[in-house]
Amino acid sequence: MKKILLLLSLSLLTFSCTKKTNDNEILIGSYSSNTGATATFGVFQMHGTEMAIEEINAAGGINGKKIRHINYDNKSDNDETLAVVNRLISQDKVVAILGEATSGRSKIGAQVAQQNKIPMLTSSATNQDVTKIGNYIFRACFIDPFQGMVMAKFMSENLKLKKAAILRDVKNDYSVGLSDVFAEKLKAAGGEIVIDIAYQEGDIDFKSQLTAIKAKKVEAIFIPGYYNEVALIAKQAKELEMKMPLLGGDGWSSPKLYEIAKEAINGNYFSNHYTTESKDPKTINFVKAYKAKYNEDADVMAALAYDAVYLMAEAIKKTKEVTSENIRNELANIKNFHGVTGAMSMDENRDAIKSAVVVQVQGAEYKFITSVNP
Amino acid sequence: MQEFFQHTLNGLSFGSIYALVALGYTMVYGILTMINFAHSEIYMMGAFAAFYLARFAGLDTPSPLNFTMGLLIGALFAGLIGFFVEKLAYKPLRNSPKMNVLITAIGVSILFQFGGQIIFGAEPKSFPNLIEDQVLFKLADISIRLIDLLIYFVSFVSLGILSFIIFKTQTGRAMRAVSTRPDMTPLMGINNNKIISMTFIIGSALAGIAAVLVSTKYPRIDPMMGVKIGTSSFVAAVFGGIGSLHGAVIGGFLLGLGEYYLVGYGASTYKEALSFLILIGVLLYKPTGLFGNTKKEKI
Repeated sequence: MKKILLLLSLSLLTFSCTKKTNDNEILIGSYSSNTGATATFGVFQMHGTEMAIEEINAAGGINGKKIRHINYDNKSDNDETLAVVNRLISQDKVVAILGEATSGRSKIGAQVAQQNKIPMLTSSATNQDVTKIGNYIFRACFIDPFQGMVMAKFMSENLKLKKAAILRDVKNDYSVGLSDVFAEKLKAAGGEIVIDIAYQEGDIDFKSQLTAIKAKKVEAIFIPGYYNEVALIAKQAKELEMKMPLLGGDGWSSPKLYEIAKEAINGNYFSNHYTTESKDPKTINFVKAYKAKYNEDADVMAALAYDAVYLMAEAIKKTKEVTSENIRNELANIKNFHGVTGAMSMDENRDAIKSAVVVQVQGAEYKFITSVNP
Repeated sequence: MQEFFQHTLNGLSFGSIYALVALGYTMVYGILTMINFAHSEIYMMGAFAAFYLARFAGLDTPSPLNFTMGLLIGALFAGLIGFFVEKLAYKPLRNSPKMNVLITAIGVSILFQFGGQIIFGAEPKSFPNLIEDQVLFKLADISIRLIDLLIYFVSFVSLGILSFIIFKTQTGRAMRAVSTRPDMTPLMGINNNKIISMTFIIGSALAGIAAVLVSTKYPRIDPMMGVKIGTSSFVAAVFGGIGSLHGAVIGGFLLGLGEYYLVGYGASTYKEALSFLILIGVLLYKPTGLFGNTKKEKI
């Protein structure tokens, strides 16, 4: 029995070795939440990633080598994330990892990647702490404080309003982070936070918060939450005949926002990573090709994942020998990379420096209003 | 002052929902002395039944008829589910220790929550607009909306029908009898199982009505939607004195008002804490709640 086990493990070892020794392939792993609570994020991420890899391979690969892509579903689950990232590294022996769309699970994957010194590039995890885990962790998007700054700037400079209310989701790091920065930056710009009030994820009634806000006669309300609650807040604000603009962050970006809130959400603004209205031919092509391939509009998650692949390819292209360490070093040196979500450069914290756009909700569409540079 | 009236109005509107759901908890406790933790999921299923049937039957446009149909579907379906939950999960355990039934109830609740996520999907759905909401009139600068009045109206009608059934019909008399002396009622020719089923059906139907009212006002439904309302309503039932019908209704209104004042006047972070503070307070100082009395008649 022991001998059989030994033989088995040996053959397993050789199998896993043969995978690595194929010199004409670059093995890249990715993990995403293809099923479960945040399935829409994961599916968009996977589509964007696959589309970019197919394009690169069709164009001859990177320095003559094709990319081989392994994707695992983490079922929107933290433990499963740990398992699949471990599998990518120890069993599949990938040289680099792409993922994930959410900050929470990216943090988990990042810890494993950092321990094994495998570079990981997350496409849309905006929480500050993700890349602080170590020098092998990168992101292809801006960070939360930047969004708070963008909306404060937009409110004081574009809308020329001064008195704001904040309605924050107290249990959500993302929402709290954005709210704090927004408050700080708005005050610095001469504005004022008249009232700062809280709700919690899963609440359905916000009338008491809104009534309290209404009594303070503010000029705008900043609601950096997720689309689920924001849709109901907008609906109830309209019922209370509150006409001031509502402002938010990229958590608003979902088809569900309009489906639930209907016309109540129209005319309000949020910051996002890109707009499908961009005049950049690269973006136009991407939006068109994505629609043709998957028969759905390219969500921001897909666009960011798509950019992350090209960013990774760019780094790999510059390496003399494809090793994890070399890829890391080249990723850290990326400057003026031009993606479908705009130009970006890596800063010393391994966060992408790029501009944000402010869009206005108009039905199921998001109309481009302005872009704000870092 | 205007702000205060607005909070009061909102609080009473949500309080009547709490009251409807709390009645389900209190009725089941009254008759079986068990806490039906699956009640919040029956509430959720009522909303989903109305959602799917309204779509399927093409009743998802705003009209008074569709609104009434939605309420009836929600009540009927929730009642059915309550009936089957009792028959399949609780009845086989009628003579087992209390703890077994309690744990089964938690199991049923989890089964519905996660089964719902598999079948309906975890993503929230947009509930069809069953009635065109509008401002009916203004009272001291506060707009009175149709949907709020409908919530009051439907709640009071439901409460009226309930108290008629309980206090004026033969079935109601039997319910009260079973809740006081379940060992004696069979001798009087009462079929205990039938009465228990009736209790579950009525309590669940009230939850179904509440679910359709809430979903019409807040058009977002998902398989976990029952959890928060269920917890708060349960607290309302305990606050009013579990087992007491009047207690559940008054507890519901008081909790609704309390939550609105609390959130409206500054302590929005502690909204959830309020229900649990009340629960702890009641358990410590008045375990029977406001109107609970083991000797009083109850169902």
